Amino acid sequence: MTSVSRDDVAIDVRGLHKSFGDNHVLRGIDFHVGRGEVVCVIGPSGSGKSTLLRCVNRLEEASEGSILIEGEDIRDPDADVDLLRSRIGMVFQSFNLFPHLSVLRNLTIAQRRVRRRSEEEAVEVARRNLARVGLAEKIDAFPAHLSGGQQQRVAIARALSMDPDMMLFDEPTSALDPELVGEVLEVMRDLAGEGMTMMIVTHEMGFAREVADRVVFMDAGVVVEEGPPEAVLVAPQHERTRRFLKILDDV
Amino acid sequence: MTRRQRERLVRGTLYASAAGAVVLLAAIADWPLIRRNFFDPDIARSMWPDVLFIAARNTLLYTTLAFAFGLALGLVLALMRLSTIAPYRWFATVYIEVFRGLPALLTIFLVGFGIPIAFQVRWPILLQITLGLGIVAAAYMAETIRAGIEGVPKGQMEAARSLGMTRTRAMVSIIIPQGFRLIIPPLTNELVLLIKDTSLLFVLGTTPATKELTKFGRDVLAARANATPLIVVGAVYLLITIPLTQLVAVLERRNARAR
Ligand SMILES: Nc1ncnc2c1ncn2[C@@H]1O[C@H](COP(=O)(O)OP(=O)(O)OP(=O)(O)O)[C@@H](O)[C@H]1O
Ligand SMILES: [Mg+2]
Repeated sequence: MTSVSRDDVAIDVRGLHKSFGDNHVLRGIDFHVGRGEVVCVIGPSGSGKSTLLRCVNRLEEASEGSILIEGEDIRDPDADVDLLRSRIGMVFQSFNLFPHLSVLRNLTIAQRRVRRRSEEEAVEVARRNLARVGLAEKIDAFPAHLSGGQQQRVAIARALSMDPDMMLFDEPTSALDPELVGEVLEVMRDLAGEGMTMMIVTHEMGFAREVADRVVFMDAGVVVEEGPPEAVLVAPQHERTRRFLKILDDV
Repeated sequence: MTRRQRERLVRGTLYASAAGAVVLLAAIADWPLIRRNFFDPDIARSMWPDVLFIAARNTLLYTTLAFAFGLALGLVLALMRLSTIAPYRWFATVYIEVFRGLPALLTIFLVGFGIPIAFQVRWPILLQITLGLGIVAAAYMAETIRAGIEGVPKGQMEAARSLGMTRTRAMVSIIIPQGFRLIIPPLTNELVLLIKDTSLLFVLGTTPATKELTKFGRDVLAARANATPLIVVGAVYLLITIPLTQLVAVLERRNARAR
């Protein structure tokens, strides 16, 4: 896994440490996502999955280590973090749509203000991405009038409208009623099929097994085990991985 | 006696004594005298049209100026208080604590007389009025606005930043519009308080053209030795403030439902 040449790597994390005060959350993480690769990160609650994901687009400041995005060090004080972030799509567990803006405005505001696209172009891109997530008819709706599954699909379309090089997902279906999970996973499956680079923190083992190129198991701030889904999810090498998967099976 | 019966008895006694007091007052009151002194139609008529087109107009003008100034400065102060730069936070905190702690009248004197004496400047009356009321209003509004901004969920800023927006852009396009929506009711309350505080402005000195409602009423009161003008201007105040407080109630109900 470490033999991947740096040129093909979209996200390259080395020796990452992160502490919140005395709480040493990430304890030396080496992690990468290749271009076009879909990597699912799994692990027990509190193991640091979200923290790792949030360090990748610098929503959290790493304490130590290097994080390269397409070869650019985002921890470099001179790095244009806003530009880097605009190339990394982020999808949150709680959707975080802008409730005061219509679906269309949710999708165009950053295109206009960050990408400096013309109104016509931004609207055009928004329409295309709404169609992509199957919500073309909701263009004038407000977020409050959408179901959770629809809101999350709009959030994905919002991120896609920036034409990102890669997408980060932090438990995108955990806040959804079970019957709405499928429609969101469907959209993500399509994205993976189109070759999008994706880092997905998830508890959906079935999805991980089907869609991921690689699964990374984290526990207590370290990567315990990684590899193809059949290996990690079906025949895990480590006791901790086995215990985690067993607990999931039992519920 | 059950608890319920006892309560009913107590309440009945209270109502009866209140009604008795009203009847007693009505009986001993000198109605013709009251009518002459509080409800003299000639005096009321003589106040028209100046009570509306000068006095009420000025009250609304002064309120609008002070509110606009207070809102703008209050927003700046709120953003300073939330800033990552410590001196900004200190400045805003000191400003807010000082001007919320001083009586409004003192600030008006300070702006109208203190500063002109200290710096040997004369400034136009409208500027004195705007600053005299607006400086204090800004301190209150800063705290209201800060509460509004802090009431916007953290995920909103994170979502905006993830899309590549700068902190300032995210504040302007995402956080502040949502924050203001939350605080329209308390801001409307500030507006009502300001309307009433314009009655302090007479201390700056007035000409017939710059009188606001209270000063206008007081002058008629003095000239005619009659309290009718107080009733008239009181009614005008209520005509302005009651719709606003009703609006607050409606907005608060709507906010509560939206959550
Ligand atoms: N902003 C923060 N301030 C302080 N501590 C934090 C913060 N964010 C996370 N932590 C701590 O870091 C640890 C890892 O949290 P993290 O959210 O990364 O875990 P996770 O693997 O995503 O868990 P979950 O599956 O519950 O989402 C936890 O102990 C958490 O309390
Ligand atoms: Mg998490």
